Amino acid sequence: MDAKMVFLILTFSISVLGMLAFVVALIQKQVLVPASAAKSIFGPNELGHSEPDSKGRMGDQWRALDQSAKVPILFFIVSSTLWLVLGSIFGLFASLKLHTPEFLGTQALLTFGKVRTLHLNIITYGWLSPAALGVAMWLVPRLTKVPLQNVRTLFSAGIIWNIGVVLGCIGILLGVTDGLEWLEFWWPIDILLAVAGAMVAIPLFKTVYLSKEKHLYVTMWYTICALIWFPVLFVIANTHFLHSGVQQAIANWWFAHNVLGLWVTPLGLGIIYYLLPKIIGHPIASYQLSLFGFWGLALFYSQVGMHHLLGGPIPTWLGNLSVVMSAGMAIPVITVAINHHVSTYKHFHVLKDSVVLRFIVFGAMSYTISSLQGSLHSLRTFNYITHFTHWTVSHAHLGLYGFTTMVLFGGIYFALPRLVGRNFKSPQLLNLHFWVASLGIIIYAVSLGIGGWLQGEELRNIHGSFEQSMKLTVPYLVIRSIGGTLMLLSHLLMLYNVISILRSEKGEVVK
Amino acid sequence: MNKAYIFVFGGISTITLSIFLFVLAPRIQVAVIDKEAVSAQTPYTENELRGRQSYIENGCVYCHSQQVRDPVAGADQHFGWGRPSLPSDYIYDKPHLLGTMRTGPDLSNIGSRQPSRDWHHLHLYDPRSLVEWSIMPGFPFMYDVVVSVESPKEGAIRIPGKTDHWIIPKEEAEDLVSYMMSLKRDREPMKASEVAQ
Repeated sequence: MDAKMVFLILTFSISVLGMLAFVVALIQKQVLVPASAAKSIFGPNELGHSEPDSKGRMGDQWRALDQSAKVPILFFIVSSTLWLVLGSIFGLFASLKLHTPEFLGTQALLTFGKVRTLHLNIITYGWLSPAALGVAMWLVPRLTKVPLQNVRTLFSAGIIWNIGVVLGCIGILLGVTDGLEWLEFWWPIDILLAVAGAMVAIPLFKTVYLSKEKHLYVTMWYTICALIWFPVLFVIANTHFLHSGVQQAIANWWFAHNVLGLWVTPLGLGIIYYLLPKIIGHPIASYQLSLFGFWGLALFYSQVGMHHLLGGPIPTWLGNLSVVMSAGMAIPVITVAINHHVSTYKHFHVLKDSVVLRFIVFGAMSYTISSLQGSLHSLRTFNYITHFTHWTVSHAHLGLYGFTTMVLFGGIYFALPRLVGRNFKSPQLLNLHFWVASLGIIIYAVSLGIGGWLQGEELRNIHGSFEQSMKLTVPYLVIRSIGGTLMLLSHLLMLYNVISILRSEKGEVVK
Repeated sequence: MNKAYIFVFGGISTITLSIFLFVLAPRIQVAVIDKEAVSAQTPYTENELRGRQSYIENGCVYCHSQQVRDPVAGADQHFGWGRPSLPSDYIYDKPHLLGTMRTGPDLSNIGSRQPSRDWHHLHLYDPRSLVEWSIMPGFPFMYDVVVSVESPKEGAIRIPGKTDHWIIPKEEAEDLVSYMMSLKRDREPMKASEVAQ
């Protein structure tokens, strides 16, 4: 029999079996969750009261849990903040070089191809991953009502992870790389990251095992699965002898989209699912809906990667599968959007008082926009325009910055006062950070989105030329650098905020 | 018991399905395609492989794709980039360099499209000396510059517009240009049966 037929039959049977198992689980009510679980994040007297950014007396009941893994969590947060600043400096270099190619042009170590790669890897593995892990793991004791277990393992994981990132970056500078986008770190160094990722799972699972909560809150679903998915993805994608030629490109983009969809996104969504209701003081709009959002993400998001290779030399069925799954992503995205935005809409006034909530709501809105944008430009009609253009870069930043990074800013600003037992000396600097960063990413995403779209139309114009498609992007690239500069400035503010709360002896100590 | 197992098993099964569809199945299918068609490509020489490594280290792939799309998807053919790419065009490529950005033009067939070694060297040394509107970074660190009226050395190239400035490519530049000159994915691949005849 034709090999292709074997695959079709096999994949079909596996999918059907999976769906059957899901239906059986539904019938047995294994999957349903009681709506009361949505209230489990509130302590006595907390429900109905919005929570201020600063650590108040109300938070005292959480103190033992909040500080159960103080040292490693602080290590994750502070190290990732430093990486964020460094990574955005490289990002700005890359951005400037695209419209001023002579900028640092004679430096072999700072050529565009290297600074761009450093930017991407530092932000993904130096900032997003450990920052998201730091905040997500900080929430675990709050959600299980048990102090975090194996605190030392978590700390070691943080150290090993950071050593991996340092070595990986040195490798990129010296030209020791695997040469695959999102997987540039040399494979022996990747072992450090895979081991560290798996080590973070140990305290997580041990704490979950001891959990005093009858039902796991939605944040935990996302965190548990993210920590299962990442090591698997990372190890398979980095086992290079498995891959070659076009198939390697397929595996490459399977990983590259999954590192967003199954790693950074679930951690970010989990944080929103906790902080949004917590700060407004009311449970999320529909707890059952969050279940659809979760399983929809697990099923659809894991299969969308091939829209990066549409029109290229890949099997057609593979491209089509990813297009269908990308469109399917609209389901979990809309359910999550209803949950987030309806909850916010009902308690909009809290935004006036809470800077943390501003970050979270900005992130939730960006998630909805960038995900729907993603579903749309996966359709061939749109993809043929946006593919190979700066539109993709704009979209990636809307997702990874507008959504994830903004949520992490909020998460870190929420966690720090409760972690160190002091409040920020100048809360207005947090607010300034929010506005500078928001303005920066809006300028960035809009300018590059427009530039990329026009570039894509020109790349399809049979009467046009490549020259035209490139020239017209330059003004948008200049505006992008302005947005990028604002983003970098906001990160310097954040670094100042983080250092000041750690150093301030005179800071208001809450007893 | 808090049903954590549902998420553990659910998480593992969704990722397994995804691995099956996107890693295993394409691997077997592409192997079958490669067996059916003999590639029009020849293996890279040692120089070309070193040049390819330099292409990777300097991150050329972040601006240059090496995949020509189907006419329905874009104007690739009208730009003279060649026929749509086939899986068999890449059987010697490891790591793959298909690329997903076109800040610069596609390079699938740059060896056929621009057969002049000197052009490549001058362009790498200073892209804007040949293409005034280019935003490509130059790679002056891959060249020595010599001031001389006569050609200082075999292989030296005079900088256009100057009578006495020459660039001498270092080994890395020679390898990189050899690699680019080898990119000729414009021939049709042949079936194994046709080759036997």
